[in-house]
Order: sequence, then structure tokens, then C-alpha cells
Amino acid sequence: MTEPLTFHYDVDGENFTSAGQASVQVKKVLRRLGLDPETIRRVSIAMYEGEINMVIHAGGGSADVRIYEDGIEIILADTGPGIADIDQAMQEGFSTAPDNIRSLGFGAGMGLPNMKRYTDSMQIDSTVGVGTTITMRVNL
Amino acid sequence: MQTLSLLPQMEALTMPDPDREIFGAYVGDLLSWVMGRAQADCAWITIMSNVNIVAVAALADVACVILAEDVTPDQAVINTAEAKGINILRSTMPIYESALLLGSHI
Repeated sequence: MTEPLTFHYDVDGENFTSAGQASVQVKKVLRRLGLDPETIRRVSIAMYEGEINMVIHAGGGSADVRIYEDGIEIILADTGPGIADIDQAMQEGFSTAPDNIRSLGFGAGMGLPNMKRYTDSMQIDSTVGVGTTITMRVNL
Repeated sequence: MQTLSLLPQMEALTMPDPDREIFGAYVGDLLSWVMGRAQADCAWITIMSNVNIVAVAALADVACVILAEDVTPDQAVINTAEAKGINILRSTMPIYESALLLGSHI
């Protein structure tokens, strides 16, 4: 069994304009590995949505990406407020983002649904007041 | 792409990838909708001009961003787009007319 390629990123919660840097880095890595463009698109969009969520709601967090021979795993972890009702959060259009975020074009309530749409599996572990960990996988 | 920038209503603000071909278009200002619905290689028409559009365009792999209504982004946005290889055009027309014009050239 070959060891996976692993990458760790800290997501800065203060700087909204630089959000997405980890996703862009991962995109570059995947491109160098020669993966097909649609897979790269799915992984990088899912990860970017997660990054944005951590910046908007949790003051940042961490992103770990593991590239296996048969799939890519993305683990996003934060110590933010947690998600009280995951079913509600998964509904398209449901958002708790503040107005200043909405004015930038985010906060449409499509982040989590997009993450699910673009990945083959997604698990949300969240405890109110403790934080949220999201594990996504895209099969290769 | 280059054909488009030659139209009198369109202006290339930065075109680091001039040979990129456009297949279809997507119109929208909500970034997650764009990432969820826009197809790769399309032209994305929007009035959003903050720096996040560059990341969205890069990750969604669109062929170019067309800023309608003569929207002008900060120079920093143009510089970031250039560095990341994202084509940005500006249209003097509203979104609907920009889309019609685009449709007659792709």
C-alpha cells in the first residue's frame, strides 16, 4: 500500500480576500499530478466552499488533503460555533452569513450543497460550541 | 476570446490566456451558484468585481469573466487575475445585452 500524498494548510480566518489560497494550491498540485480537469474542478470547488465557510463562520481552521491512488480526501476542521441543525444547513438557500459577506456574493446558502454535489461522499461532524469537521472524498 | 475583445462594446482588462476558447456562458452574481452551475470553459458574465471573482473563475475553470454594465474592478483584482491566468473583459452593456452579443459570437 502506497502512502498517500498529504498536504496541510492553515486557513486564515481574518483575511477574507485571500480565502481560497489552500484550494488554489491544491489545484496546482492536482494539475501537476495530471488528474483530469473535471476531477480537479470538483475537488478545488468543494474545498474552496469549505474554506470560505471556515472564514465566514469559524474564524478560520485547517485543511488536510490526502491523495490516495483511488481517491482524494479533504478534511476541514475548525473550532467555530458548530452547526446546530445539519439538515437545515444542507438545504440550498439556507444561510446564516452576515450582510457584509452577502454583499461580496457569498452567503447564498449553496456552500454545503455544492460540497456535497461535487464530492462522492461527505461527512459532517459538528458540535455546537466546539467546532465542525467535514470529511469529503472524491473517488479517482 | 480575442475576437470578443475586438468588439467595440468589449474591452480586455487583462488577457493572460488569449487563445482560450469559449464554450457557452453562465450569468450570475452569487459566487456559489456560479461554482455550482457554471460549466468549465464557459464565459461568466457578472457585475461582481471583488477579488474573490478571480478565485471563483480559477476554481470553476471558466474561460473568462465578463464584467457587464461597465463595472470596473480595482487594479489589484486585475493584477491578481493576470497572475492567475484569468481573462477579464469589460462590457459597456447591461448583462442581458452582453449575453446576446456573446451568443452571436460563440
